Amino acid sequence: MSGLILIRYGELALKGKNRVQFENQLIRNIREKLSSFSGIKVKKTFGRVFVELNGQPMNPVVEELTEVFGVVGISPATEVESDLDQIRAAALELVQRLEPRPRTFKVIAKRAWKGFPHSSQEINHLLGSYILKNSEGIRVDVHQPELALRVEVRREGTYLYGRDITGPGGLPVGSSGRVMLMLSGGIDSPVAAYYVLKRGAALEAVHFHSYPFTSERARQKVEDLGQVLTRYGGEIRLHVVPFTEIQTQIREKCPSPYMITIMRRFMVRISEELARRNGALALVTGESLGQVASQTLESMNAINDVTRMPILRPLVGMDKQEIMTVSRRIGTYDISILPYEDCCTVFQPKSPVTRPAVDRSRELEAQLDVETLVRDAVEATECVTLKRETTKDKEEFSYF
Amino acid sequence: MVYLDNSATTRPDPEVIRVVADVMENVYGNPSSLHGWGGKAERLLKQAREVTARLLGVSPGSLVFTSGGTEANNMAIKGVAFQHRNRGRHLITTQVEHAAVLEVCRQLELMGWKVTRLPVDESGRVRPQDVEAAMTEETVLVSVMHTNNEVGTIQPIPEIGRIVSQYPKAFFHVDAVQAFGKCELRPREWGVDLMSLSAHKFHGPKGVGSLYVRKGVTLSPLLTGGGQEEGFRSGTQNVPGIAGFAKAAILAEERRGEAVPRWLRWKEEMIEALTSSVDDLKINGDQSAEGGAPHILSLSFPGLKSEVIVHALEEKGVYVSSKSACSSKGEKPSYVLKAMGLSDEVALGAVRISMGWTTTQEDICQCIKALTEVIPRLKHVMKGVSK
Repeated sequence: MSGLILIRYGELALKGKNRVQFENQLIRNIREKLSSFSGIKVKKTFGRVFVELNGQPMNPVVEELTEVFGVVGISPATEVESDLDQIRAAALELVQRLEPRPRTFKVIAKRAWKGFPHSSQEINHLLGSYILKNSEGIRVDVHQPELALRVEVRREGTYLYGRDITGPGGLPVGSSGRVMLMLSGGIDSPVAAYYVLKRGAALEAVHFHSYPFTSERARQKVEDLGQVLTRYGGEIRLHVVPFTEIQTQIREKCPSPYMITIMRRFMVRISEELARRNGALALVTGESLGQVASQTLESMNAINDVTRMPILRPLVGMDKQEIMTVSRRIGTYDISILPYEDCCTVFQPKSPVTRPAVDRSRELEAQLDVETLVRDAVEATECVTLKRETTKDKEEFSYF
Repeated sequence: MVYLDNSATTRPDPEVIRVVADVMENVYGNPSSLHGWGGKAERLLKQAREVTARLLGVSPGSLVFTSGGTEANNMAIKGVAFQHRNRGRHLITTQVEHAAVLEVCRQLELMGWKVTRLPVDESGRVRPQDVEAAMTEETVLVSVMHTNNEVGTIQPIPEIGRIVSQYPKAFFHVDAVQAFGKCELRPREWGVDLMSLSAHKFHGPKGVGSLYVRKGVTLSPLLTGGGQEEGFRSGTQNVPGIAGFAKAAILAEERRGEAVPRWLRWKEEMIEALTSSVDDLKINGDQSAEGGAPHILSLSFPGLKSEVIVHALEEKGVYVSSKSACSSKGEKPSYVLKAMGLSDEVALGAVRISMGWTTTQEDICQCIKALTEVIPRLKHVMKGVSK
């Protein structure tokens, strides 16, 4: 008897011709995610994906799988030989091992191998009665059982599934192209990243760094956030843009109520150029409608004015509380709330304009050499590749 | 010198000393300073926390570094009592805990808390059903040590964890100071909310310990101030000490696999040699490989005073302990041995031999030799006195 996990993926089935491609992407992502467990095999058989544990513990593997987009359901299974005695024993053990113990159950058998001497109906009865006879406090309920014990008899072996753990859903990362996330270090942008990853986009991130107005720790914080996101997104490249010069010039030459608007316009221009260079087809921000002064529709108009690239704002319909809840769940909240200044807070004007006008923004910017500033910033951008932590090879101190 | 008092403290490992010295010399920034020099110390702390957490199978954020085991125990017990005093005012512990638990409980008792001190069986083990029976609606904390420091008996922590977890208001604290590096510790799987460790018990530096605080558990801090250690323990972190703690913890876990069978073998050797050459020898606590700490051997020589044996052995260059080093100056018989039902005579004649990584076969042979010479001689003298 060996450990096995059946992966269910719902939405992919609807995708017609792309299906195989999507399945392969999902399998690649699962393999990558589980690469730190030695001996584990990921296989596609009968149009389904199985993870063979080969001696690795079940729970940590299941935990990893709940972070792989495209996975709709995770069913730990047991595989035994297609022999009635072995199937019975495995079924009983499965029922008795479940925590909490189910009070009602039913068996749903499927005999795919017609050479097996009992029909599906017979298997249901044989297993059901065996479980009833050998365990206490459990009865059959065919309508709403707490445990639906699925049994699948094939020539090469029989699979038994008990639990069904909900996966994160969505599409496999990498199946929907590439996006460029504007990652500030706050609570919102990592959550925005989570939602675009969920829809299958591969992620790159851009961060604006205004040393010495923002500290090395603020940058470290962003790298740490990116690191958490690699749990869902695999490898993520983080582009760190030197932003001090641009901010200084804006502060010198533009009236303070428009500073934020103009700063954002620069950020979008730079991000767009970085996206283009790295094959990303859209920008992503953590903006939610009306959350702060710079996130009004007027402000979005003034900002979108500088690009023709789509700007995705996956949090647009969410309240702050909802965003915080997701942030906690995905593990970025505790990092996001660390109190370092970021480039948005450092020159925050007392009264930013809440309804900036497109024309006025253009007019004010005319005093700056936009093209050169953008080009210099892009050229001086530093790129860090964040990988899922599998080993401790990148540790700074060699003491340990 | 034959040093066999490793449960009192251990000799710091040379590798640990190197790390501590190097950090003192090269990473002396304050982890809370904003500049890069502070950032470096902060990153070192982070790495030390991560490697230690990995060894225990817990998340890095759940480890709070303290000044040692005593502070960790105080932080756990008082921290829960003060923070959750509105949930109830009842604590459960055992009669064989270290003073750093029992005295804290006594202090709380003076402040109005009710304390149940559970008895133990003759091997020094508390019965899980007694814990269950003592639980009330008022219980906020159960504190049970993992490994007894005087006799080495291991308590049924996972069983107690299961019981306490059925009482959502109650927390479970485990003093694992004697256990780390000798036994596998799995606080998360065992339902432990708080667990104390101390570096100098596993060849690390003195003055540094750690309290595991399960995510979500809130404690009233003993020390308030700058809010270091997520507010659990203010005060500039002991960066070199913490680095030394982490280094020692790694070494302890690396060496555990080969050290444990060695200790068990030597323990058997000592028991065998002494039972055949000394009359009236009594072995205290659980000496089985599963039920007792591999590195501790507690022996009683009824009729002799433990203090006299310690000094007589010292003359031969063998260092052992009369009981727990922290309490060995008192003249009263050990409360641990008394709780196990031993007579005053047996309890007063107890010595503890405790081994570490530095212990060698040669040490064990010398210890056996010294005991087989010293004990009959002392017995002879005592007989003379009683006539």
